[in-house]
Amino acid sequence: MDIHPRRMLVIIGESALEKMLVRDARAFGAHGYTITEVRGGGERGDREGRWEADRSIEMKVICEADVAARLAEHVLASYAPNYAVTLYTAEVGIFRPQKF
Amino acid sequence: MMDPVVFFFLLGLVARIARSDLRLPEALYEALAVYLLLAIGLKGGVQLAQQPLAAVLPHALAAIALGAAIPLLLFPLLRAKLSRADAASIAAHYGSVSVVTFAVATSFLARQSIDSESHMPLLVALMEAPGIVVGILLARSGDRERIAWGNLAHEVLFGKSVLLLLGGLVIGALAGPEGIQPIAPLFTDLFKGALAIFLLEMGLVAGGRIGDLKRAGPFLLAFGIGAPLALATLGALVGHLVGLSTGGTALLATLAASASYIAAPTAMRIAVPEANPALSIGVALGITFPFNIFVGIPLYLQIARWIGGS
Repeated sequence: MDIHPRRMLVIIGESALEKMLVRDARAFGAHGYTITEVRGGGERGDREGRWEADRSIEMKVICEADVAARLAEHVLASYAPNYAVTLYTAEVGIFRPQKF
Repeated sequence: MMDPVVFFFLLGLVARIARSDLRLPEALYEALAVYLLLAIGLKGGVQLAQQPLAAVLPHALAAIALGAAIPLLLFPLLRAKLSRADAASIAAHYGSVSVVTFAVATSFLARQSIDSESHMPLLVALMEAPGIVVGILLARSGDRERIAWGNLAHEVLFGKSVLLLLGGLVIGALAGPEGIQPIAPLFTDLFKGALAIFLLEMGLVAGGRIGDLKRAGPFLLAFGIGAPLALATLGALVGHLVGLSTGGTALLATLAASASYIAAPTAMRIAVPEANPALSIGVALGITFPFNIFVGIPLYLQIARWIGGS
């Protein structure tokens, strides 16, 4: 079975961003996404996910490398200055290229 | 004797400060929040149906005006020490209301057998949004940036607080006292127990904000106690002027003194992202909420009595 290379972009951020991130991912051409609730901490304190204003999400988007790059650039420019955001990417292999 | 439910808040606070492993599942917090909002709405709705609109309308308008006026009063004071965004955000939190503080106040009045107007829960729902809207306008005045009002209106009006309070009111009003009987064991009889567990969780959350308070400094510490006292007095005066009973006046004073920590933080995070949420949530939840449930509510009843001359 052939394995096709794609880029996975992982965005960890405040739950308040969820609707905007989903809209952005679609707008930049991602075919799909996966979101989970997470908790963690950083230089500006801990986010424990105990209540509404303290929740964080992790969004995974698997897409073409150029889509991931443009989406990451947009997220960094639009949200990183005022929101807690962490981004990283990785090379992944997928089996159905038409899906991503 | 203090209402025992507030001791659950203390227990949560102690657990948090002592670094206990106590952690309530988030799903339980969410479920209890839904339950409390619905129960408060239903209770008000059942009796609201029997009220003439003319009796409710002046109170409703006064509540909306009070909610909108509070941020305008607080903003210049906060602006002396804080950035425009932070001052506006904190002002919005105080303009909006805390449903749990209201629930503790109704429980306190019930223990003393003091009646209040049955449409008070309607006023809670009406006071959620105006303060937030005014706060956003204060943050954005003077800059050209477009405000996405559509998104915000959706966020506030269809957020769970307003949706469930109003939904409960409508269902209660449609069902009436008899229709509500089959669900009363859940929504009426278990209310105080559920409130106690919710306050335990609130104690755990508030204990986690103590670090924020150290960063907030003495100005916000003083504000967190001074503002509710002044706002409660204003709320009691308004309540008296529009002819609320002593219990109703005490509840309106409590609503004026309370600061939102569900609707406002979410709305302000989206509308005014440059405001530091640690400051607004720290002062609203870390200082004003505990102050109101331990000291404020009994005091606001006294103020309502003095103003009412009884």
